[in-house]
Parts: sequence; C-alpha cells; structure tokens
Amino acid sequence: MAKYLLIESRDPFDAAEVGNHYEVAETLKKAGNEVTLFLVENGVLPARKSPASERLTALSKAGVTVLADAFSLKERGIGDGSVAEGIGTSPLETVIDQLEAGAKAVWH
Amino acid sequence: MAKKTLTFLMMDAPFESPRTATAFRLLEICAERGHDVNVFAYEGAVALPFSKQKPHANAVHGHDVDEEEHPLPKDWVAGLQNKFADKGGKLEWTNCGLCVDERGVGEAIDGIGRGTPGDHWKWAESSDNTLVIGTK
Repeated sequence: MAKYLLIESRDPFDAAEVGNHYEVAETLKKAGNEVTLFLVENGVLPARKSPASERLTALSKAGVTVLADAFSLKERGIGDGSVAEGIGTSPLETVIDQLEAGAKAVWH
Repeated sequence: MAKKTLTFLMMDAPFESPRTATAFRLLEICAERGHDVNVFAYEGAVALPFSKQKPHANAVHGHDVDEEEHPLPKDWVAGLQNKFADKGGKLEWTNCGLCVDERGVGEAIDGIGRGTPGDHWKWAESSDNTLVIGTK
C-alpha cells in the first residue's frame, strides 16, 4: 500500500479538472492506498458546506483523508463551524509531515 | 526529527500567484525543521530572486516607499537563505539558465545557481522526496 498526498490548490468553480483530481483520489483509495487530499488556496472554497462540498464529504466517507489548510480557510472567511462534514482543518505543516514520511505528492 | 533532503520545483513568476506564497510557506517550515532543501526555479519563477526588483510608493493610497513597505520576493528568498542557515539546514536554489536568459533576469541575489532541468532530475533522484508546484 502506497501513501499519496494530493494537493488541490484550485477552485472547482473555476477549474473543471479539479473534479478529475478528486477522482484520482477516489481511485487510488479504491486500489488500496492511503490517500490524503489536502486543500489549499482557492482549493478550500468547496470546503464550506454547500452542494460543492458534497463530493468532498463523499470522498471522506470513502476513506480519503480530506484536509483543508487552516490559513487558506481563514483568509477566505470560512470558519470552523461552516466546514462541511468529513473535512478536517490542518496547518500547512501536514504537507511537510507527509513529504518526510515518503508520500507520493501531486500538486494541482 | 531526522534531517531530510527535500526538492521543490517552482514555476510561477513573482507577483502573480498565491502558489508562490504557499511555496515559500512550505520552505519556511522546512527551514524551521533544519532540513536541507533544493529549489529548482523554472520558467517565470527564475525572476523570484532577481536582484533589481525595487519597492515602490503607492500614490493611490498616499503612501511613500517606506510607508508602502512593498514586499519583494528577492527579499523573501534572501530571508529564507538566512533562516535555513540559522536553523542548521541548507537551501540550494538553482535557476533554469535558459529561462533566465529568455527573461533577462541574470542578476540574481547572492547564492543563486544556474542550471538545467537535468539538475532538478538529479536532485529528485537523490532527495528523500520531491514536490513539483506546477503552474496552470
């Protein structure tokens, strides 16, 4: 089982391929890997509870660890109370933690 | 925590993308942890350590140069170089030479190397891990 870190920096309302990145996360998880989807910059916008967050909640239920950068959330006025189910908040240090641990990292 | 060697590739030109700020935040975390880090700057990112960047006033806000405190990426790179040294790590920064020539940004701050994408490949081979922060 490999460890994957998928970093999503883009807003799905602006970049249609974000959905493909989510799909990669789901596929890697189904293949038995340990997968973290880390949202940063405008990638955190769908973390706010909304129809757009449902895909992220579903990924979490499928076993993908979904985290949103706390700084990016704060910059965009998304408080802890408005983050959708299944999405954790995390400092950016998590990215370095995972690189240290040898995760295969992909930035989008 | 064991010391690690991590390699990053950056592509965005200064003053354009939040990816640059995030990349610098990642580098600062590595510095705090005493890691050795390689940065290969490709395409527009080679202008990040360009030494001729200058701060400016902001007439719209009525600020002179000092009041505006315009942030310059070359100063952030220099600050990171110092922080890595203070914390026992090392920051190796290499600019893609052809990208530099295309843009006329050969005058970099001290400590910036010149190389080719092959250097990035060698670093990726020898590092504990690599993150490529691609542009659009």
